[in-house]
Amino acid sequence: MKKLFWLLPLLFFAGLLALMGGNLGKPTEAVIVSHMIGKPVPAFAFEGTAGAEGLSRADLSAGGPPVLVNVFASWCLPCAVEAKQLQALADKGATLHGIAVRDTADNVARFLGKHGNPFSRIGLDTQGRMMLALGASGVPETYVIDGKGIIRFQHLGEIRAEHVPILLAQLEKAK
Amino acid sequence: MKALLLALLLLLPAPMLAADPVAIADVPLEDPAAEARAKALMLELRCLTCQNQAIIDSNAPQAQTMRVEVRERISAGEDPEEIRAWFVERYGDWVSFVPPARTDTALLWAAPFLFLVLGGLLLMRRIKR
Amino acid sequence: MIPELGHFALWLAAAAALLQSIAPTVGLWRNQDALFGLAVPAALAQGVFTLLSFAALTWAFVVSDFSVALVATNSHTMKPDMYLFTGVWANHEGSLLLWVLVMALAGAGVALAPATLGPRFRARVLSVQGLVALGFFAFLLFSSNPFDRLSPAPTEGQGLNPLLQDLGLAVHPPLLYIGYVGLSVTFAFAVAGMLENVVGPAWAKATRPWVVGAWAMLTLGISLGSYWAYYELGWGGWWFWDPVENAALMPWLAATALIHSIAVVMKRDALRAWTLLLAVSAFSLSMLGTFIVRSGLLTSVHAFAVDPERGLFLMILMALYIGGALTIYAFAAGRVAEGRQFAAVSRESALVANNLLLTVILGVVLVGTMYPMALQAAGGAQISVGPPYFNMTIVPIVIIMAFLMGIAPLLGWRRSATAHLAARLLPAAIGATLAVVVAVAFLGVRGIGALLGFGAAVWLAAASMSILVKKGVTLNSAGMALAHLGVAVTILGATVSGALQREALVAMRVGDAIQMGPWRAELMDVRPVAGPNWTAVEARLDVRRNGESVAVLRPQSRMFVAPAQETTEAGRAGWWTGELYSVLGQPDGTGQWQVHLWFKPMVRLIWLGSLLMAFGGMLALGGRVRAPKPKREAQMSGSPIPQAA
Repeated sequence: MKKLFWLLPLLFFAGLLALMGGNLGKPTEAVIVSHMIGKPVPAFAFEGTAGAEGLSRADLSAGGPPVLVNVFASWCLPCAVEAKQLQALADKGATLHGIAVRDTADNVARFLGKHGNPFSRIGLDTQGRMMLALGASGVPETYVIDGKGIIRFQHLGEIRAEHVPILLAQLEKAK
Repeated sequence: MKALLLALLLLLPAPMLAADPVAIADVPLEDPAAEARAKALMLELRCLTCQNQAIIDSNAPQAQTMRVEVRERISAGEDPEEIRAWFVERYGDWVSFVPPARTDTALLWAAPFLFLVLGGLLLMRRIKR
Repeated sequence: MIPELGHFALWLAAAAALLQSIAPTVGLWRNQDALFGLAVPAALAQGVFTLLSFAALTWAFVVSDFSVALVATNSHTMKPDMYLFTGVWANHEGSLLLWVLVMALAGAGVALAPATLGPRFRARVLSVQGLVALGFFAFLLFSSNPFDRLSPAPTEGQGLNPLLQDLGLAVHPPLLYIGYVGLSVTFAFAVAGMLENVVGPAWAKATRPWVVGAWAMLTLGISLGSYWAYYELGWGGWWFWDPVENAALMPWLAATALIHSIAVVMKRDALRAWTLLLAVSAFSLSMLGTFIVRSGLLTSVHAFAVDPERGLFLMILMALYIGGALTIYAFAAGRVAEGRQFAAVSRESALVANNLLLTVILGVVLVGTMYPMALQAAGGAQISVGPPYFNMTIVPIVIIMAFLMGIAPLLGWRRSATAHLAARLLPAAIGATLAVVVAVAFLGVRGIGALLGFGAAVWLAAASMSILVKKGVTLNSAGMALAHLGVAVTILGATVSGALQREALVAMRVGDAIQMGPWRAELMDVRPVAGPNWTAVEARLDVRRNGESVAVLRPQSRMFVAPAQETTEAGRAGWWTGELYSVLGQPDGTGQWQVHLWFKPMVRLIWLGSLLMAFGGMLALGGRVRAPKPKREAQMSGSPIPQAA
C-alpha cells in the first residue's frame, strides 16, 4: 500500500500528459458559436444605406420564407472574398439582407459598388451593437432567419463555394 | 533616414491606407461610481477576437463595441451581473473570465479547498501530538 | 562559413553530451574509474562547443547574414544594433540554442565546482545533466536547426516583431532561462541523489546554491516580464494570470517551496522524500512551461509562433525525463522517507506550513490553467478561467503566508520557545494596525482585500526589518529577512497601486487640460515623430502639480516599418511615490484625441520588491558570516547557530 503511494506523482503526470497529448494539434483559436440559435432575433432597426431600404426586426418576422442575414463591413477583407458566393446564393433564389457594422454610408456604397450588391435590404449599424445582439464574434457571419424571426443557423466566417449548398439546405429546413 | 520616412508617411495618399472600422470613443460615464462598476465588469468580460484579453484593455473593434454596450447598460441602471448574464446568453460562459459555479466546474472551485484539506492532513501527520 | 562552423560545434556539443551521459553511467555500473572520470571533461567540452555554436549564431544576426534562414525571418537591417544582438533568442530556434547554452554552462559549472559529495556523485549528476541536454540537442539538430541556410539569400529580412524590440523583453528570456535551466541542475542532483542513495544534509547543502541561484534569476526574469507587460501592453496591468505567465510562475512556486524544504533537510535531515519530489517537479514544471508556450496548446496574448510538431517533440522529452525521474522516485522515495514528526511550534513545522501553502497556490494555478482545456476535452462547455478566479483563490493564501512569514523566522529549530514572540512581534502588530487605520481613516480605502493587503505588508515588513537590525545577524538570516521584506514591498506596491489609483479618460484638443486630483495635464501638441524603424504620432502632455511643472509625458501611437505593426507606447514619468501613465488613443476625426491618464501610486514597489527578493536570496548563500556576538543571544533569537556541516 505504501509503495503505491509513491507512484502517485508518476500517475498524476501520466494523466496530465494524456490530457495535453490529446489536445495537441487541435486549433487553439476558440470558435465562439452564437448561443442565440433557436431564439428570436432581438429588436433592432437600422437605417438603409447604399440605395437600399433599412432593416428591422419587423422585416424579419413578417412571415414569408426564411432569409439570410449577412453581417459584413467595408473594412473586412474576407467579406470581399465571399461577395461572389453571396451573389451565387441570390441567383439561386435566396433572399439576402445585409447589416454593415462599424461602417459609413460612403464606404459601404463603395464596397458594394466594387464587389456587387446581392442584398434586398441593408441596415447600417455604425456602432456594431447588432453583432453583440446576435452573438456574432466577428465578420463576416451569415444567419438563417425564418419567417417568424427565429435564428435557425449560423455560418461563421466567409462563405466559400462549398458552403453555398449547405446554406440553401438550411434555408429549406427553416421553412 | 528619419526625414525620409516621415516624408514617405505624409505622402501616402489616404485611400491606400486600409479602411478602418468607424471609431468609437471611450466616453466614461459621468457618475464615478457607475464608471467604476462598468470598469469592474469590463475587467471580467473576455474580448471575442483577441488572444486572451479582457475588453478593458483591448483595441479590437468588437471590444470597443462591448465597452459601449456595458457602459450603456450600467447607466440604464442594470446590475453588472445582469449584463454579464446578457453576454453569456449570447456567447456562452467563455465570454466571462469568472468561471460559472456549476456541477461541471465544481472541481475547479473546490480545488483550493481540496488542496488545503489534503495538505492539511499530510501536515498533521508530521506534527507531534 | 561561420554558420556552418556553428552547426558543426552544435554537433560536437551533442556528442559531448552523449559521452557525458553514457560514460559515467557505464563507469559507475561497472565501477571503472576511467569511464566515470570522463564526465568532467565531457561537461567542459559541451560547455565550450555550445558557446561556440551560440557565438556563431550571434555573429550571423549581428552582421545580418540573411543566408541563414532564421536571420532572414526574424531580423532586418534597420533594426537598432542592440536588437540585432538580442534578436538571437527572440525566436524559437535561437531561444532553444540559448536554453542548451545555459544547460551546458550550468553543467560545466557543476564540473568545475568542488565535488563535496565525492567524484562518484558528481559523475552521476553530470550524466543526468548530459542526458537531459541530449534530448534538447536532438530537438535542435533534428527539428529546429538554427543554422539552416536559405538559397538564394534574400537581401533583406522580414524583421522582428515590434513588441520584442524592447530592452526589457530582450533581457527577459536569458534571465528566465538561467532560472528554468538552472533548475535542471537541481533535477540532476535529485535523480543522482536517489540513484546513489545519498539524500541527506550534505546533499541538501550541495544542492542549495543551485536552487537559490536559479530561483533568484527566475524571480528577476518573471519580474521583468511583468514590468514589460506593464509599460508595453498599454493599460497598466502587470499580471493577468495568462497561461504563459502561469507557465513561468509554476516552476518559481516549486523552487520557492524547495528553498524552504531543503533547509529542513539540511538542519533536521527530514522532509527528504518531499524535497526530492519538489526538486524533480521544479525542472519538470520548467519543461512544462516551455512546452505550453511553444506548442500552441493554450491561447495566450504572449504566445510564440506555435507549431504542434514542436510540441510533440517536447512532449516526448518530457515523457522520458519527467516520467523517468518520477519512476525512479516511486522506487527510491520509500527508502528515503523518514516520516519524522515535528513539534507543533517550531521552525520545521512553520516551513512545512509554508510548503503546504505554496503547493496549494501551485495546484490552483495548474488547475486553473488546464481546466478549460480539460473540460472541453471531456465534451463539456467552453469556459474561461481568468484573473477573477486566480485572484479570489490565491490572494487570501498570500495574505495568510505574509502573516506566517512574520513569525516563522523567529521560531527556533526542534522546539521553539514562544515567550519571546509576542514581545518581538509587538512593533509589527502595532505597525500593521496603524497601517489599516490610516488606510481607512485617511486614505479612504474600504475594500477588505486592500485593507488586508496593507496590514499584511506592514506586518511582514516590520517583522523582517526587526531581524535585519539585530546585532550579529548572519548573511543567511539577513538574506532571508531581505527576501521576505521584498515580498512585503511587493504586496504593498500591488495593494496601494490597485486601491489608490487615479484615472482620467478624456477626449482632448490641443490646448485642453484634464484635472486629475492634484495633477493638471495639458495637451501641448500632437505631432509625428520617427525612430530608426518606426514612425509615430506623439502627444506631449505637460503635467503640473500645484502649479509646478513636474513632468512631460509623451505617449505615442507607433507604426513600425518591418513588419508593419501598430503599437502604443505609454508616456510615463515616475518617482518613488508612483508613476504617471498616459496612453494616446484614436483621434475621432474632429481634432480631438482620446487621452487616458493614470496615477499609479507606489507601483514601482511591485518590482522593487522582487529585486529585494532576488538579492536577499543570493545574499543568504553567504551563509554563516557575521559579526561576533554572544552565543546565548543567538539561541534566543532563533537564528541558526553555526554547526559542523
